Amino acid sequence: MKILVPVKRVVDYNVKVRVKSDQTGVELSGVKMAMNPFDEIAVEEAVRLKEKGVVTEIIAVSVGITASQETIRTALAMGADRGILVETEASPEPLAVAKILKALADREQPGLIILGKQAIDDDMNATGQMLAALLGWPQGTFASKVDIEDGTATVKREVDGGLETVALTMPAIITADLRLNEPRYASLPNIMKARKKPIDVVKPADLGVDPAPRLSTLKVVEPPKRQAGKKVKSVAELVDKLRNEAKVI
Amino acid sequence: MDFSLTTDQQNIRDTILKHCSRFGDDYWLARDREAIFPHDFYKSLVDGGWLGIAIPAEFGGSGLGVTEATVMMQAIAESGAGMTGASSVHIPVFSLQTVVLFGTEAQKARMLPPVVRGEDQVCFAVTEPNAGLNTTEIKTRAERRDGAYVVNGEKIWISTAQVANKMLLLARTTPLDQVKRKADGLSLFYTDLDRSRIDVRLIHKMGRHAVDSNMLFIENLIVPEEDRIGPEGEGFRLILHGLNPERILIGAEAVGIGRVAIARAARYARERIVFNRPIGMNQGIAHPLAKCWAQLEAANLMVMKAATLYDRGEECGVEANAGKYLAGEYAFEACHTAMLTLGGMGYAQEYHVERYLRECLIPRTAPVSPHMILNFLAEKVLGLPKSY
Ligand SMILES: Cc1cc2nc3c(=O)[nH]c(=O)nc-3n(C[C@H](O)[C@H](O)[C@H](O)COP(=O)(O)OP(=O)(O)OC[C@H]3O[C@@H](n4cnc5c(N)ncnc54)[C@H](O)[C@@H]3O)c2cc1C
Repeated sequence: MKILVPVKRVVDYNVKVRVKSDQTGVELSGVKMAMNPFDEIAVEEAVRLKEKGVVTEIIAVSVGITASQETIRTALAMGADRGILVETEASPEPLAVAKILKALADREQPGLIILGKQAIDDDMNATGQMLAALLGWPQGTFASKVDIEDGTATVKREVDGGLETVALTMPAIITADLRLNEPRYASLPNIMKARKKPIDVVKPADLGVDPAPRLSTLKVVEPPKRQAGKKVKSVAELVDKLRNEAKVI
Repeated sequence: MDFSLTTDQQNIRDTILKHCSRFGDDYWLARDREAIFPHDFYKSLVDGGWLGIAIPAEFGGSGLGVTEATVMMQAIAESGAGMTGASSVHIPVFSLQTVVLFGTEAQKARMLPPVVRGEDQVCFAVTEPNAGLNTTEIKTRAERRDGAYVVNGEKIWISTAQVANKMLLLARTTPLDQVKRKADGLSLFYTDLDRSRIDVRLIHKMGRHAVDSNMLFIENLIVPEEDRIGPEGEGFRLILHGLNPERILIGAEAVGIGRVAIARAARYARERIVFNRPIGMNQGIAHPLAKCWAQLEAANLMVMKAATLYDRGEECGVEANAGKYLAGEYAFEACHTAMLTLGGMGYAQEYHVERYLRECLIPRTAPVSPHMILNFLAEKVLGLPKSY
């Protein structure tokens, strides 16, 4: 069984992002980029499935600018077998990415697609779900455990108030949550091997997809500065403040 | 002129920093307090294949250059592992290069893979109490007897000899009064650290307590002839080949520890409020930190230039020495400035900068002292008469 793992190049999670002075977005020039952490978890899961013998080939896909090849290389160093870069100028929206992934799924016929539950830059949490809809496949989102047996993927989902277990008939879509696994760090020999693994480069048009944005960003601003806390002398005062000042109870 | 890391080098740096993030401040603080070798850190680097970074692929390594090894060693120190982390793997990463360059195919096949796999651990035994920096005066003797050598003598400062089972050993095979030049008559061996013939005694030192340094008392150690690297009597010249890479690596490690000290101090200076303002708002705090940053980055350029020259096969002695000198001096200033920035807390172990200060004195003084580097630069670059 083949498995497809989309990986997105985003601002490194350690970086404190700054809004551009013209408020059109966040500053990206000179900023350290890395693989979306949830995608790292997805890659790790795929590699573990391959180590268990469930998966025969892992294909890492990135949609984005040329430099997204580096993100694919990271996935290859973790254990993916080959990469596909769908080269676009800007980072496209979830629907365009989902359409591109659908086209690739039609071409590659994977038994499973594991995505990160969301990208930490735009926090859309949509691509996996849209892809499931476009393909007409079942989806197990926010996965914290995955078991594959006899054409069925059993997924433990992290939902409000507990864990839900679903059984998906494959082919299926899974989106990875934080607790699914702890991704490995690439070893040096694997980094070296990754340099020789193939990466195909295609354009969205080759897949019949127009990645032009459907949304336009009006304004990006810094979140309001956190105000200093207040000290209260008694429970009564606290309740009073929560009720009358904060108006939360 | 290109001042940026290649994609591979950047990748190595990022991966090492990530790898080391598993071994946090508390880990290194505890190792230092208990004076226990960081075995699990060492093993994790073995498992990641990192010890083989500069070992050719046919002997289990990745066959990369000194520049990549430099990037890796710097990232280890910079992660907060400091000289403890760096020194724990420094010797296999750097000193095995003499075996790579001058060993026979059979020796390489026998000696290198077990180190890369973590089965053998190696120390580097050159310095002697009665010779100091004047290495050609070392007294340890290796005398031929029945197809082997019998070695007697004393070594000092030999790091990791408590945990190593192998050693690179420099000894005199022809007495000093029988050689034409002082550099002749020394031979290099890669052999077992046979504890029945070598008494290893710990030196209690100022810092880096987890990575031991020792006195070695060698009595009738038998070294088979096949453990000699290169021709007999040529050992000193073989060692010389490794000196520049060692200076480069040490310089990069010093920059790494200086960087982490400054980063820590800057964070503290942003957060610590006294007199109703962050202390970092006072230029008396801010300027020394900014100056240290600039100095460290300048030193790093010199170190990386030396590494680049070395990997291109060009002469790099001046740059390697100057880089190690600058890095050693500026790392010390950085760690000291960091300590002062943290005020009283700078003196508390829990805030880590006092450990960096104790550790950064190692790359300042070893493997060669600032005095000897300035002697070298004065003579080689400025054409001044040799003073000794
Ligand atoms: C923590 C640590 C770990 C080490 N690990 C190892 C190891 O693993 N293997 C190993 O072989 N060695 C190791 N060393 C030794 C190190 O490489 C130095 O060679 C050694 O410290 C210098 O020898 P010495 O102390 O006898 O100095 P000396 O030669 O006695 O010099 C003493 C001082 O005099 C100065 N001096 C001497 N001659 C001159 C001159 N002509 N002009 C100006 N100044 C001069 C020196 O600069 C120095 O400041 C280690 C040292 C330390 C501190």
